[in-house]
Amino acid sequence: MILNSKIPEGPVSQKWNNHKFSMKLVNPANKRKYDIIVVGSGLAGGSAAATLAELGYNVKAFSYHESPRRAHSIAAQGGINAAKNYPNDGDSIYRLFYDTVKGGDYRAREANVYRLAEVSNNIIDQCVAQGVPFAREYGGLLDNRSFGGAQVSRTFYARGQTGQQLLLGVYSALVRQMNTGKVQFFPRHDMLDIVKVDGKARGVVTRNLETGEITSHSAHAVILATGGYGNVFFLSTNAMASNVTASWRAHKQGACFANPCFTQIHPTCIPVSSDHQSKLTLMSESLRNDGRVWVPKKAGDDRNPNNIPDEERDYYLERLYPSFGNLVPRDVASRRAKEMCDKGHGVGPTKLAVYLDFADVIHRNGKDWVSEKYGNLFDMYRQITGENPYETPMKIYPAVHYTMGGLWVDYNLMSTVPGLHVLGEANFSDHGANRLGASALMQGLADGYFIIPYTIGDYLAQGGLKEVRTSDDTFQHAERLVKESLEKMLAIKGSKTVDDIHKELGKVMWEYVGMARNKEGLEKALELIPKLKDDFWKNVLIPGGINEYNPELEKASRLADFLELGELMARDALHREESCGGHFREEFQTEENEAKRNDEDFTYAAAWEYNGGDGNPLLHKEELKFDEVSLTTRSYK
Amino acid sequence: MRIIVQAWRQYDRNSEGNFESYPVDNVSEDMSFFEMLDMLNNQLLKDGKDPISFDHDCREGICGTCGIMINGRAHGPLKGVTTCQLHMRSFKDGDTLVIEPWRARAFPVIRDLVVDRSGFDRVMEAGGYVSVSTGGVPDANVIPILKDDADSAFDAAACIGCGACVAACKNSSAMLFVGAKVSQYALLPQGQVERKSRVKNMVGQMDVEGFGNCTNTSACEVECPKEISVENIARLNREFVKASF
Ligand SMILES: Cc1cc2nc3c(=O)[nH]c(=O)nc-3n(C[C@H](O)[C@H](O)[C@H](O)COP(=O)(O)OP(=O)(O)OC[C@H]3O[C@@H](n4cnc5c(N)ncnc54)[C@H](O)[C@@H]3O)c2cc1C
Ligand code: SF4
Ligand code: FES
Repeated sequence: MILNSKIPEGPVSQKWNNHKFSMKLVNPANKRKYDIIVVGSGLAGGSAAATLAELGYNVKAFSYHESPRRAHSIAAQGGINAAKNYPNDGDSIYRLFYDTVKGGDYRAREANVYRLAEVSNNIIDQCVAQGVPFAREYGGLLDNRSFGGAQVSRTFYARGQTGQQLLLGVYSALVRQMNTGKVQFFPRHDMLDIVKVDGKARGVVTRNLETGEITSHSAHAVILATGGYGNVFFLSTNAMASNVTASWRAHKQGACFANPCFTQIHPTCIPVSSDHQSKLTLMSESLRNDGRVWVPKKAGDDRNPNNIPDEERDYYLERLYPSFGNLVPRDVASRRAKEMCDKGHGVGPTKLAVYLDFADVIHRNGKDWVSEKYGNLFDMYRQITGENPYETPMKIYPAVHYTMGGLWVDYNLMSTVPGLHVLGEANFSDHGANRLGASALMQGLADGYFIIPYTIGDYLAQGGLKEVRTSDDTFQHAERLVKESLEKMLAIKGSKTVDDIHKELGKVMWEYVGMARNKEGLEKALELIPKLKDDFWKNVLIPGGINEYNPELEKASRLADFLELGELMARDALHREESCGGHFREEFQTEENEAKRNDEDFTYAAAWEYNGGDGNPLLHKEELKFDEVSLTTRSYK
Repeated sequence: MRIIVQAWRQYDRNSEGNFESYPVDNVSEDMSFFEMLDMLNNQLLKDGKDPISFDHDCREGICGTCGIMINGRAHGPLKGVTTCQLHMRSFKDGDTLVIEPWRARAFPVIRDLVVDRSGFDRVMEAGGYVSVSTGGVPDANVIPILKDDADSAFDAAACIGCGACVAACKNSSAMLFVGAKVSQYALLPQGQVERKSRVKNMVGQMDVEGFGNCTNTSACEVECPKEISVENIARLNREFVKASF
C-alpha cells in the first residue's frame, strides 16, 4: 500500500483555493441521485450531515445516542478558536496555523492545518447566524479569551458550555433537514461494520439498540465521524459510551490507523477518588487564564493550603516557563504535574494532585466576576468533591482527554479505503502529537461544514459506482458475520463482567502507555494486553440475548475492540523512539526534562495496516514536509 | 453505608412493570449515585440476574441523557442538579431509594428506567432552528447584540433536553422545554424572521406528541436541573398569542 496524501500543489496559502477550483463538481440536479451514510452526529458528523443534505444529497445518519442533540461533543467546555483577530492583538490565519503546527510538535500535515486555520473564521460566522449565544461584551460584540499554547486571545466561548451550544447549533441545522426528509436519522443504532463492494466503502451494518435487529444500509459513500478512543483507558474525561468500534472495524477492513499512541492527557481534571470511579471530570483549561497552579515547596507538607504562605509555595509553571506561565500547552502542564507528584509534592489524600488557586483573581476582580466567567465549572467541582473552590484551591490532576491519533486520511479526508471518509476526532489529521485547547471543536466543524461537502463531491463525480442493494450477498454476508461475532461473545457466559475486564485494561494502559512511557513498560504492556484479550474471550459474562435491549452486550462489543486497539497503541509507542507532544518516552528527554524529538528519523505519521491481528501490523510512513514552519525545539520559556 | 434500592423493572414497551427491592452494602459517600448503581449492577450480573438499565453518558450534567425519579423527585432531592451529578453524600445509611423512569404518555418506557424522548426531537424538527444553510452568512460581528439579551438567550439555551420538566408535571406538559427554545430565538435578532411560524409549528407538534397543557404549578421549574425559569413559559404564551393574529 502506498500512502498518497494528495496535498495540492502551490504555496500553502493557495492550496485549498486551488484545490476547490480543480475538484470535480456534482451538478445540483444530480446530487439527489447520491446517497451518503454519515455515522456519528457529534459536531463533525452532524454538521456534515446537515450541510450535505442542504446541498441536495440524500443522507442517512446514524448514532448510538437517542438523539442527535446528544454526543460527546456536548461536554466541551472552554471554547473554539478562530483567527478573527477581533481583539486586535496580532492574530492572523498564519499565526493560528503556526501555533497549531508548533503546538502539535511538528507531527501534523502543514497543508491540512493551514486549511483549518483558513476556514476557522467561517465557522464563527455560521454559528452566530444559527443563533449560537456566544459570550459578548457590553458593546454587543463577541468576546474572546486565551487558551494554552497561544499568546493571543482567539477563543470564542459560551460560558463554560461551548460544546453544548455549538452542538445545539448543529442539531438545529440537522433537524431542519430531518424535517424536509433529506436526512433520515437512525437513533440508537450502533454501526458494527462497514461493507465494501469492489474495494469501495458502500454501506454499513448496524444493530438497533432497542430491538437488537441487525440490518445493513447501502450508499455511494460512507463518512465516519465517530469520535475519539480515550476510553481505552477506562477512566477518561470522555462520555461513558465513547468508543473505537466504528474506526476499529473500518481498520480491520483496510483503513490504516495513524499515530494511535498520540493521546492527550489533560492537566486540569478532578483527581481519582476511589476504585468505584466510573469517569473523570475535566475542569476547563480556560481556568488556567486566571487560576495559578502550585504545590507546597516542602515535600509531604499537608497543611491546609490556605495556611501555607506564599513563599512556601512553588508556582512551578510560572517558575519554569516565565513567558507562557500557567498557559503552557497541555502536554507540558500535565507532565510537570506528574513530576511534582512523583517528587513527593502532591497534595490531597492520594497525593496525586496539585492546586489550582483562584484567590488572587477573586481578590483582584471580585467573586462575582469569577462566577460570571466560571460559575458552572465551580459548581460542578463543588458538586463532585464537596469542596468550595471560592474558598479553598481546587485540587487537580492530569487525565486522559483526547486522542490525536485516528484513521489516516488524505487531504480530502478519505481513508485508505476508497469512499470511506473520516471526520473530527476520529481522524488523525490536524493536531500532530498534541492538540491545542479549543481546536477540536474547530476541527470537527471545519471538517463537517466546510471541507467534506466539497471533497466528497470530487469523489462521487469520478463515477464508477455501480448499483448495489442490501439484498446482495456481500451485504447479507456482512450482517451474518456481525451476528456471529455477537453470538460468540454471548455464549461465553463466564465469570467476569465487562467492567471488570475494562478496568484491568485501563490500569495496564495508564501504567505503561500513559503519561510517561519507556521501552520496558511498553514491552510489558504488549505481554499483558493479549492476555487480557484471551481472558475476555474465555471469561466474559454477558446476560440476555442479541434480540433485545442489552447494554452489557453493547459494552462488551466495544471492549473487544479496545483490547485490540490497546495493543496497537503500545506497539506504536514502542516503535516511536522519540518524545514529541503527548508521547513522552522517558529515554528521550532533554536535560531540562522536556520532550526530545528525533526529527531525523521520525518526522512522519505512522499509519498501521491491519494484518490479520496476529500482532504484526504493517507500518506505512507518511513523511511530513515542512515548507513553511521550520522545525525547532518548542520553547514556552 | 447500606442503601435499599427499590427499582422499577420493565422488560420492554409492551410489558407490565413492577418494583423490585435490592440492598446495596458498602456504599461510600464519595460515590456518585450512578457509581452506586454500577456497583449494584455488577453484583446483579455476578448473581446471574439482569442489571437495571438506565440512560446516561456524560456523567457531568451536560448531555441531558440521564433522568431518574428518585423518591418522587425528578433527578433526586437536590436543586439544579442532574441525576448523574448526585452523590451518595446526599443520602444516609439505611435510606430506601425508590427509583422510577420518567412517567409521561409522550415518553414510553423502553426498558426499566430508560424512556423514549424522541417526541422532543420531533417538536424541534417542527421549527427549532433558524433557516440558514452553510456558507453565505455575514461576518459574526455585523450584528451587535445587547449583552443582556445575549445573556437571557443563553439562560434559555442552557436547557439540556432531559425531560424532567415533563416528568415533574402532573399534565406531562412540555411547555418549559418548548418555551426555552422559543425564547432563545425570540430574544435574538437571528430568530426574528421565523418568529411567528416557529412558535406555531412547535406548539402544534407538542400537542400531536401528546404532551399536556400547562397547569401553572411551576413544578417544572423546581425540578429543572438547569433552573430554566417559568418566565419562558409566559413568553411562549405571549409569542403564541402574537403569532395567531
Ligand atoms: C470534557 C471535554 C471537554 C472538551 N472541551 C473542549 C473545548 O473546550 N474545546 C475544544 O475544541 N475541544 C474540546 N474537547 C474535545 C472535543 O469536545 C471533541 O474532540 C469533539 O467534540 C469530538 O467531536 P466529534 O464530532 O469528532 O465526535 P463526538 O462528539 O464524540 O461524536 C461521535 C458521534 O459518533 C457516534 N458514534 C460513535 N461510534 C458509533 C458507532 N459505532 N455507531 C453509531 N454511532 C457512533 C456517537 O453516537 C456520536 O454521535 C473536549 C473534550 C472533553 C472530553
Ligand atoms: S427545561 Fe429543564 S427540565 Fe425541561 S428538558 Fe430543559 S433542562 Fe430538562
Ligand atoms: S449523564 Fe449527561 S447529564 Fe447526566
